[in-house]
Amino acid sequence: MKESEIIPHLFRTEYRNIIAVLCKRFGIEHIEIAEDIVSETFLIASETWGQKGLPPHPIAWLYTVAKNKTKDFLKHNHLFTQKIVPEIKYATLEGENAELDLSTKNIEDSQLQMIFAICHPSIPIEAQIGLALNILCGFGAEEIADAFLTNKETIYKRLSRAKDTLRIKQIRIELPSAAAIDERLQTVLTTLYLLFNEGYYSTSQNKTLRKDLCLEAMRLTYLLTNCEQTNTPSVNALLSLICFHSSRFEARTDDKGEIILYEDQDISLWSKELIEKGEHYLNLSSKGQQLSRYHLEAAIGFWHTKKEDLVEKWENILQLYNRLLQLEYSPIAALNRTYALSKANGIQEAIVEAEKLQLTHLHLYHSLLANLYEEQNTEKALMHLRQALSLAKTSADKNMLGKKLQKLEQRGNS
Amino acid sequence: MKEFLLVFRRDFDSNEVQPSPEQFQAMMKNWQDWMGSLAAQNKLVSAGNRLASEGKVVRPGNVLTDGPYVELKEAIGGYTIIRADSLEEAAELAKGCPVLAIKGNVEVRTIIPM
Repeated sequence: MKESEIIPHLFRTEYRNIIAVLCKRFGIEHIEIAEDIVSETFLIASETWGQKGLPPHPIAWLYTVAKNKTKDFLKHNHLFTQKIVPEIKYATLEGENAELDLSTKNIEDSQLQMIFAICHPSIPIEAQIGLALNILCGFGAEEIADAFLTNKETIYKRLSRAKDTLRIKQIRIELPSAAAIDERLQTVLTTLYLLFNEGYYSTSQNKTLRKDLCLEAMRLTYLLTNCEQTNTPSVNALLSLICFHSSRFEARTDDKGEIILYEDQDISLWSKELIEKGEHYLNLSSKGQQLSRYHLEAAIGFWHTKKEDLVEKWENILQLYNRLLQLEYSPIAALNRTYALSKANGIQEAIVEAEKLQLTHLHLYHSLLANLYEEQNTEKALMHLRQALSLAKTSADKNMLGKKLQKLEQRGNS
Repeated sequence: MKEFLLVFRRDFDSNEVQPSPEQFQAMMKNWQDWMGSLAAQNKLVSAGNRLASEGKVVRPGNVLTDGPYVELKEAIGGYTIIRADSLEEAAELAKGCPVLAIKGNVEVRTIIPM
């Protein structure tokens, strides 16, 4: 790694670790104190390293500074140690015990418990994703704003409101009880799933950022599989689907960030390693009786790793979408189902079904119809492509549709 | 949007030749695709249930008879709940039901909301 990238890199990986441990120690209601201590730690690092060069073990160095900062804070802030700490009944913060435990085990435990605190049902889902990115993944407001295609101020407001909620509701950083864990895990999985989608389908042009988001969703889900109480079949199914989708990350956009459709992707760019991981977690997810949407989506992901246009492949994908839609309707699943239908049952039937969907406000609906009509009725294909183009929001989508339109118009004229 | 009950009736006691395993497989796919189509239009409320052919009917005086198809040639084979704007639309949606292909029928009834 280049020295110029070391601080952003460490910030990304260590900010969240120290924050999680500090919040666990002080309680989430004192998250600002934790944030101040970590920010100061990084400030000291950048000054010291800037003057004297990198220490041999930068992470250990950061941890030592964070520990000392914490001790200083506790020593000098009598109000906090005498009034607040006894009140919230956290471990003794005197003497030896005042040392912050930054062992790998405690970092992982704290992060895992932090996931449950942040993905709390009382916090709006958008705020959960923002908080997760900020506190669990160490993303700054600017990066989050970039991912959500909004401005920094909006994100600041959203984050501070969510932190207020954490404080007001006095949400504890702990694993839910055995009786509550299944239900709470549902909320956690929804947030991690959306976090992944945010990265995978984000309209942000920043490819590195989008990839980081996907990797973070993967890391947090992986964390859940590492803990006995949270290593459920649904968690493994979610991890499997994340791996399958991510395996195509490099193949789905070109150097200019333009979208390459599934059919046109270069298979050699698909990650074999991630496909194998996906299969591994798919196997693990098959234990138990429950069939979650993540199971169905992971199985759909599995079939998409087979590039050949086998009848079996599309028939399986169609049936999986049939079941997924019965479990939970979504317009995207309805469109994908119709695409699979065209491959499994033929274009004519798919056109009839597509026309029934009437999702006329979505550009994807019109691109699907354009795709289905392409060989059947050029005029209708052109009409839908133009509608898709007028509804598309991102430049990547517009470029792709524009090119397709040009090609079809030329064909129509010749 | 209102909700409608679709009741599928078919002949259980048919003397016709039993379908082959391949035909059963095709029938299953037709049902799955039809359910999937309703769900893709966001018109499916509940896939409902299929019913076994055996059953009993309790009559006044606690008289038990095997049934229910003693007097009915067509027995209820299952039900599904859908949503639609009108009875007409619900009936339109019922037109693709695979039970029709085996000479069954679909009764469409408006569910009265509570």
